[in-house]
Amino acid sequence: MSSPKATLELLPKSMQVLLGTGALALAVFPFVPVEGSAFYLQMLSQMMILAIFAMSLDLLQGVTGMVSLGHAAYFGLAGYALAFLTPADTPISLWWALPASALGAGLAALIIGFFVVRTHGIYFIMVTMAFAQMVFFLFFDNKALGGSDGLYVNFRPDATLFGWTGIDLENKTTFYYFTLAVLVLVYAFLRRLLFSPFGRVLSGIRVNEHRMRAVGYGTFGYKLAAFTLAGSLAGVAGFLWAAQTGYVNPELMGFHMSAHAIMMVILGGMGNFAGAIVGAFAFEYVMHFFKDLTKHWQLLMGGFIVLVVVLAPRGLLGLGERLLGKKEH
Amino acid sequence: MSELLLSAQHLTKRFGGLAAVNDVSVDLFRDRIHAVIGPNGAGKSTLTNLLSGDLPPTSGRITLNGVETAGQSPERISRLGLGRSYQKTNIFLPFTVWDNVRLAAQSSERHSPWNPLRWLGRADQLRAVNQRCERALELAGLTHRGPTVAGTISHGEQRQLEIAMTLATEPTVLLLDEPLAGMGQAEAESMVALLLKLKKNHAMMLVEHDMDAVFALADQLTVMVNGQVIASGTPAQVRADPVVQAAYLGEEHA
Amino acid sequence: MDFANFLIQLLNSLQYGLLLFMLAAGLTLIFGIMGVVNLAHGSFYMLGAYMAWFLAAQFDSLVLAILVGTVIAVALGWVLEWLLFRHFYHRDHLDQVLLTFGLIYIFEEVRSILWGDDVHAVQVPELVNWSIPLTENLSYPVYRLVISAVCVGLALGLYLLISKTRLGMKIRAGAFNREMTEALGINIRLIHGVVFALGVALAAIAGMIASPIASVYPGMGSSVLIMCFVVVVIGGIGSVRGALVAALLVGLVDTFGKVLVPQIAGMAVYMLMAGVLLYKPEGLFKQ
Repeated sequence: MSSPKATLELLPKSMQVLLGTGALALAVFPFVPVEGSAFYLQMLSQMMILAIFAMSLDLLQGVTGMVSLGHAAYFGLAGYALAFLTPADTPISLWWALPASALGAGLAALIIGFFVVRTHGIYFIMVTMAFAQMVFFLFFDNKALGGSDGLYVNFRPDATLFGWTGIDLENKTTFYYFTLAVLVLVYAFLRRLLFSPFGRVLSGIRVNEHRMRAVGYGTFGYKLAAFTLAGSLAGVAGFLWAAQTGYVNPELMGFHMSAHAIMMVILGGMGNFAGAIVGAFAFEYVMHFFKDLTKHWQLLMGGFIVLVVVLAPRGLLGLGERLLGKKEH
Repeated sequence: MSELLLSAQHLTKRFGGLAAVNDVSVDLFRDRIHAVIGPNGAGKSTLTNLLSGDLPPTSGRITLNGVETAGQSPERISRLGLGRSYQKTNIFLPFTVWDNVRLAAQSSERHSPWNPLRWLGRADQLRAVNQRCERALELAGLTHRGPTVAGTISHGEQRQLEIAMTLATEPTVLLLDEPLAGMGQAEAESMVALLLKLKKNHAMMLVEHDMDAVFALADQLTVMVNGQVIASGTPAQVRADPVVQAAYLGEEHA
Repeated sequence: MDFANFLIQLLNSLQYGLLLFMLAAGLTLIFGIMGVVNLAHGSFYMLGAYMAWFLAAQFDSLVLAILVGTVIAVALGWVLEWLLFRHFYHRDHLDQVLLTFGLIYIFEEVRSILWGDDVHAVQVPELVNWSIPLTENLSYPVYRLVISAVCVGLALGLYLLISKTRLGMKIRAGAFNREMTEALGINIRLIHGVVFALGVALAAIAGMIASPIASVYPGMGSSVLIMCFVVVVIGGIGSVRGALVAALLVGLVDTFGKVLVPQIAGMAVYMLMAGVLLYKPEGLFKQ
């Protein structure tokens, strides 16, 4: 399923400036004396985690052209992994829990991917949604897995490394910077991936999968690898989310979560990962804004989504460039 | 005696009750161009699709470089040394000409998508790939157009790009589906010169409507009508065949 | 399992499958003919159910409520198609997914504003509120048979419409080749409006007739949408016949799966879908 929209691979100047400023602002924010800063710290941490989640989906959607309506399954599974791994009375070590959870999410993506990656277009959208719902109901219906109430993550992971206890994730500010570091790392990794041999193949698959096969690429294998990698990265985000909020429930794997992720990626502009970050922050901000405004926020949210699709299908940045009369890349 | 690189025997493809290709056999030899001609709907494109793996045959055998390939996937057949160009330009429009060919050239590296090293290196720094890419572009006459976006070049240049991408994997067998499609006189002459150049070391099958080009290029000629072969031989033989004249070429070519 | 129990489960699966078919038929028709995927399809089911509850209370008659509700659903479908959906036939599936996802939010809130968020029960009409005795202890509710009968009737009506009427012929022509159909002077826009309204109506009617046996609650749209997607994937997109076969299959597998192997309960249907995907990734009756 080719999507001609994701051609903003090389970041336009405006985007580079935006990213740079944003990174700087995030880095210095904890030092700014603002009222209710603890609340903002938590909110920004969550936005950063969602940005990682959105970037993982961008790999699948913006780069490879696979629109998954079930990406939240891997986000949620890793969160649950942390909940199960954390004992009742002591924290678990970050250094093996995080890779384990991410790999677990990746394994789930590999298994599900084996079935869904052989479908295309609208089928792919439907079956990714269906399998994610299957995972949702698996947890929702089973008391042993927490049921509809979910599970608590009793402690944030312990970042002790060879006896050094320098990083205390229970400290809000430390956790914030840890999340920021992961965000930057994942972004750098994905940008690198985009221009790697693997990344170029994925882009080619998005533009013309048929020709890719004709010149000798086993596109199924590449798509499955992308699906698995995207699932693992979603798992990284899910792990952080569970650590941040201290609580997981089946909604994390739900259809709304998956659809929100798609929205975030679209909003910022697909295919360059920077857009996913911008989109995540913008989407969360808008949702918080609407929720504060009225209890009928869903009406506003729905209207906002419809408006964006109708008016700005290339995301906010594409809209910005169009309004300014600039040529699109 | 020229080497036989691709041999298709008694290929049949049915869609429901209709036989789009009916008991067709074709042999492709190194350093030879075998042209397949026929009216629209004769089954030429279907035949090409059977050979390239885009369609599985209902029955028949295909042997490519010694391997049985009937019903195999397009990627497997490509890796066994077959390159195919398309009648309807099938390139990567948003990418530059260079990137189009480079991507095709990279496929020969046979990377595994699961190898993390391939996730971190830079694609544009693969020396062997770049060299293959340069060679293909040069053969196709598009070296100077490398940095241009493929969607913005002329139709004739896009047809050249089609060929360049087909050559990038350095195949031994070439299936060219109407390479002259939509070309003006000058462009067509360049393309014919290019195709003659390509004869060396390749076994080529050419599906074409442009009769001047066909008779200038073909060593062997097969005529298809309604899915079946009605004549096959040298151009002179085919031209003189009364069945062919009646069915296809028309009186003025007699 | 004795025969009476088996019969009960069989009738249950039939009824569930037929209801799913009503929804899946609309979804697959709309996608097959106009190429648009509608995530809000489940919302029409939900709106139908809430409408039935509300109108039944007003008119003190479920039957009247369903008749009026059907008219409203047709009108809603017509307006939605004219206002919004027809502009999205040529758009990316991605855009359609997002648009309809936004609609889900809007429909949820509209329902919340109009009728609140509570769970409701709808009374089975008196006339059919009895059960057929099967054994000493077991009996089967007649209303469930009525549901199945209505679905079968509508399915038959749909079949006759599509294959035996001129409208149906135009619909099939439009699905096959839009430009040619337009060139022949057939009003393709009208056809699209009709098909869309039909799809919405089928979903809403399903919600309305099912409301007495399935409780009316806010999340009912999403849960039925998933099953609907599973049915369409198994049956093959665009194939109404495929939707019927798949819906009945899903009904059987789900019902008997839950009874025979309760541990895997809800998973059975997904395993069925996974199995189909391995051999026929484009559905059993791919167009």
